[in-house]
Amino acid sequence: MKPAPFSFVRPQGLQHALEALAADPGAKVLAGGQSLVPLLSMRLAAPSTLVDINALPDLDHVRVDDSGVRVGALARQADVLGSDDVRRVQPLLSLALSQVAHATIRNRGTVVGSLVHADAAAELPMVLTLLGGSVSVASATGTRTIPAAELYAGPLESTLHHDEIAVEALFPGLGPGEGVAFEEVSRRHGDYALCGVAAVVRVEGAHVAEARVGYMSVADVPTVVDLTTALVEEVAQRPSRRARNQGELSDQAVSAAAELALQHLDPADDLHASSAYRAQLVRVLTAHALRAAHDDAVVRGGAPG
Amino acid sequence: MSTRLFGESVQRVEDQRFLRGEGRYVDDVLVGTTGRDMLHAAVLRSPHAHARIVDIDVSGVLDLDGVHLVWTHDDLDGPMAEPLPLLIPHPSLTHGRTQYALAKDEVNYVGEAIAFVVADDRYVAEDAVGRIRVQYEFLPPVVGIAAARAAEHLVHDDVPGNVGARLEQENGDARAAIAAAPHTLSLDLTVERSASTPLEGRGTVARWDPDIGRLTVWTSTQTSTGVRAALAAKLGLDLGRVDVVTPDVGGGFGVKINHPWPEELLVPAAARLLGRVVKFTEDRREHFISSAHERGQVHHVEVGFDDEGRVLGLNVEFWHDHGAYTPYGLITPIVTSTQLLGPYKPGAYRVVFESLYTNTVMVTPYRGAGRPQGCFVMERTMDAIAAALGKDRTEVRAVNFIQPDEFPYDQGLIFQDGRELEYDSGDYPASLQRLKDLVGWDDFPKLREEMAREGRTVGIGLACYVEGTGVGPYEGAHVHIETSGKVKVATGLTTQGQGHATVFAQVVADVLGVPFEDVDVVTGDTRRMPYAVGTFASRSAVMSGSAVHLAALRAREKVLRIAADALEASEEDLEIVDGVVSVKGAPGSGASIDLRTVAVLSNPLRYAFDEASQAATQFSVGDPGKPPVAEDDEPGLEGRDFYSPQRSTYASGMHAVIVETDPETAEIKILKYAVVHDCGRLINPMIVEGQIQGGVAQGVGGALYERMAYDESGQLLNASFMDFLMPYVTEVPERIDIDHLETPSPLNPLGVKGAGEAGVIPSAAVFASAIEDAEGPSHPGLVITAMPISPSELFHLRQVHTEESR
Ligand SMILES: Cc1cc2nc3c(=O)[nH]c(=O)nc-3n(C[C@H](O)[C@H](O)[C@H](O)COP(=O)(O)OP(=O)(O)OC[C@H]3O[C@@H](n4cnc5c(N)ncnc54)[C@H](O)[C@@H]3O)c2cc1C
Repeated sequence: MKPAPFSFVRPQGLQHALEALAADPGAKVLAGGQSLVPLLSMRLAAPSTLVDINALPDLDHVRVDDSGVRVGALARQADVLGSDDVRRVQPLLSLALSQVAHATIRNRGTVVGSLVHADAAAELPMVLTLLGGSVSVASATGTRTIPAAELYAGPLESTLHHDEIAVEALFPGLGPGEGVAFEEVSRRHGDYALCGVAAVVRVEGAHVAEARVGYMSVADVPTVVDLTTALVEEVAQRPSRRARNQGELSDQAVSAAAELALQHLDPADDLHASSAYRAQLVRVLTAHALRAAHDDAVVRGGAPG
Repeated sequence: MSTRLFGESVQRVEDQRFLRGEGRYVDDVLVGTTGRDMLHAAVLRSPHAHARIVDIDVSGVLDLDGVHLVWTHDDLDGPMAEPLPLLIPHPSLTHGRTQYALAKDEVNYVGEAIAFVVADDRYVAEDAVGRIRVQYEFLPPVVGIAAARAAEHLVHDDVPGNVGARLEQENGDARAAIAAAPHTLSLDLTVERSASTPLEGRGTVARWDPDIGRLTVWTSTQTSTGVRAALAAKLGLDLGRVDVVTPDVGGGFGVKINHPWPEELLVPAAARLLGRVVKFTEDRREHFISSAHERGQVHHVEVGFDDEGRVLGLNVEFWHDHGAYTPYGLITPIVTSTQLLGPYKPGAYRVVFESLYTNTVMVTPYRGAGRPQGCFVMERTMDAIAAALGKDRTEVRAVNFIQPDEFPYDQGLIFQDGRELEYDSGDYPASLQRLKDLVGWDDFPKLREEMAREGRTVGIGLACYVEGTGVGPYEGAHVHIETSGKVKVATGLTTQGQGHATVFAQVVADVLGVPFEDVDVVTGDTRRMPYAVGTFASRSAVMSGSAVHLAALRAREKVLRIAADALEASEEDLEIVDGVVSVKGAPGSGASIDLRTVAVLSNPLRYAFDEASQAATQFSVGDPGKPPVAEDDEPGLEGRDFYSPQRSTYASGMHAVIVETDPETAEIKILKYAVVHDCGRLINPMIVEGQIQGGVAQGVGGALYERMAYDESGQLLNASFMDFLMPYVTEVPERIDIDHLETPSPLNPLGVKGAGEAGVIPSAAVFASAIEDAEGPSHPGLVITAMPISPSELFHLRQVHTEESR
């Protein structure tokens, strides 16, 4: 469990880092190392050069502005989780981060590193996709912004080019009328989830205007499904205005939503769970998350009346 | 006498060191100045479960910078080229097989050692291993008990049917008793593979000192004397030239009692050849695929019982997966076959097992050593009888208990130590009553109702066990009172964190009347105590505890003899309090002498080295008419003694758990865990409770999380802590309610029984019982026959059950 030989550079400036990366097609970026170092130790990855970005200046920011939460490439997961501003502007990011690994790993692991590592079992890529966020990347030749919807190409595969460094991620803030929820089931506390579900529900008055749900560990890439139709129809069909205003989603509605979601997902068998069990978790967690996000929206918007 | 320490929850003297990160493990040995010339070893391990080795090409290795040595089997000679020892032969082990230090011609599991490399550091050593080219001819792998029994393919060509051993024992005529019984049941029960997984893996450091022709080996083992004997034999060295030292050990749980591991021989051999210190530190993946596993067994039970649930006849057949080799003999299945009986006395009992070869990592005892499987089988049977008769599960157990007035109770079988399975003492009805009170057994139906009203599902389960502890053959101890008055104690068995330095000091301080702080204990160093067996089978307190006690008594006798002489008093009138010998009843007032002075007087000197020792020189002491040291005496204030019992002591216990199962996600949550435990007299209740808590934690792992997931080609799919789910602190109950019963053992001077493994024994049984109980209302008749169980598997059971009951 010792890495194969590699060269190591720790540039002091972004340009220098980008050049080092471009100079060696076998080079890899090292951020918090919480995913990369185990891969090196098990010799599952053997890059010829490690470009350690930890000494780069001005990349550890966690900023909130009108567009949402901006997280620099060197901001640790713990920094973002600890920020009250983040919790206020986009509570889903905080909810998800509290489920990422353990405190010691979050002290070192970066948010951006997790995003570009592109694990379909990871919380943050799914949340970025659900929120419609983006990642800004730089290379020796320029910069570009990759929308989350275009970031994930396959299992552990992002659309970053080899010579690009992700410098910042943008998680859009909570919109008016929106409520959020995050639910996951893992074998042990802090493990990658067997299935994880995040929901954003937007209400307009007493109506569900939009319901989008993100899934992890039940498809090859983080997957978002729009479940609005399943809920809107259902609420509209409620017999009385009183029931429509009750603020609770019915059992039929949420299970119809879960079945709709399953059509877009591909839960697989592995050591820890059968595909049937994962499908069951999709049903259960979709229901919980939709209800919780709906309640959250109602509470944030003031009780509908 | 000073306040008695026996029975007190004395703080562990080890913990300051461990908690401050000052533990010294094998990997820490000789690091620093003396370690600058240390070399590091790595091992090429088979990537295939079953293959013939056609060719090994090491030509790409030696020209790698920093490589000092590469060995394959061809490079070994003499005893080193022979198979490793079969440590515990047994007449029924008709086809015992052990591996070579480096594979010869054939590999039989993924992880088997093929080549050994020594280099400047472990990085280079691993690079070198990566350059060795092996040509294999693939053979069909045999994985799992079903494949081993089917025997379409053989693991070893010369072992027909893959059967290493078949052993049958019977007390009475079980089959006739079952045939005549009013009720009968049959059950098929499975327990999967798991492993000890200590946080510190194996490790060995060796230094050859050419000036004095002496080998010193530090190794992370549960038996330093065993390793020493094996090393001397394999390396062709006189025993007197080999010292084995066991520093702090980061957990063993059984896996480190097996020895010698290939690296335990190869590292010292390389150190001797190269004249450099050589180190091997096993990594986690290596530990998973090349150290031992345990637990995998399949059982078939036939039982006949009466209307009260009394077992009239019990007939158990089981199949034990011992992996590719049998270095540790039949200990695990013998333990299952005998300890299965627990606290019960069936009318007649027959047990037969086959121990089977598979192309997987070999199996040697893991904490509990076959008892968790036996307990699972017996307790599942008890639950099944209760269900069949519609009786409370505790009632069925109670009618089968051996009663307190029936001890010693002979179960009519032969135990793992070759001695009769005769229980020394116990009080099972009292334990059960305490357990029921502790967990709230009788009030549980109310709790279940309340929870049901909230839409929550809960269940309760219990499991009972008896554990043969403190097996022989012997342990010894040496107690030395130095002229500083401090007491140095050495026992040969090793320590893996159990707190031996604390409890043995308690025992010695009591006997010698010295302050606890003045007693210093060394374990597992063959230079200090060359006669010892090892730390396994919950034997340290019983065996070394008793030996330490006896050795301290010997030292005390001598103290009193010398003091009586000096004080001109009679020995019977003397007592030792706080390190001072004086006439009883008059401490401080009359004549007294402290242990320092007694120690000085015990060793007549020619040369004084300080003021105190002047008192022992030739013009100061001694009767000129007698030799300075009497004919039957020795200089020095020492005591050495050994303890060797006729048979094991039998500890017992009962666990109960209340679990909640999620109706939707099938997640299993522990709401309450209760333990009643009887290990005879408690030397240190806090340490016993620590052992129980650790055992329960490990048991939770075994019941709900951990398993070895082999695929059909013999690859271990979860060889990391990411996929082998050892529970975190968050998965283990925050609180465990513990109650102790103390039925002393009549077999040793301290009245103690072992406590090290107890916590882990009933886990699979107790969780199966509770989960099944929780599922009862929603899925009546759902039975749990295989452990461990995951939420995904419980969900599957529910689905199958629902389909079947349609
Ligand atoms: C025990 C354990 C449990 C864990 N549990 C979870 C969990 O439950 N959920 C979860 O989501 N994660 C989990 N993780 C992973 C953790 O969140 C990682 O920190 C994260 O995935 C990667 O971030 P990092 O900064 O450590 O990246 P690194 O490990 O340094 O890098 C990861 C990959 O991303 C690339 N990379 C990193 N930063 C950049 C950049 N700025 N530009 C371009 N490429 C970059 C690297 O080249 C590498 O390929 C766990 C990790 C451990 C060790």
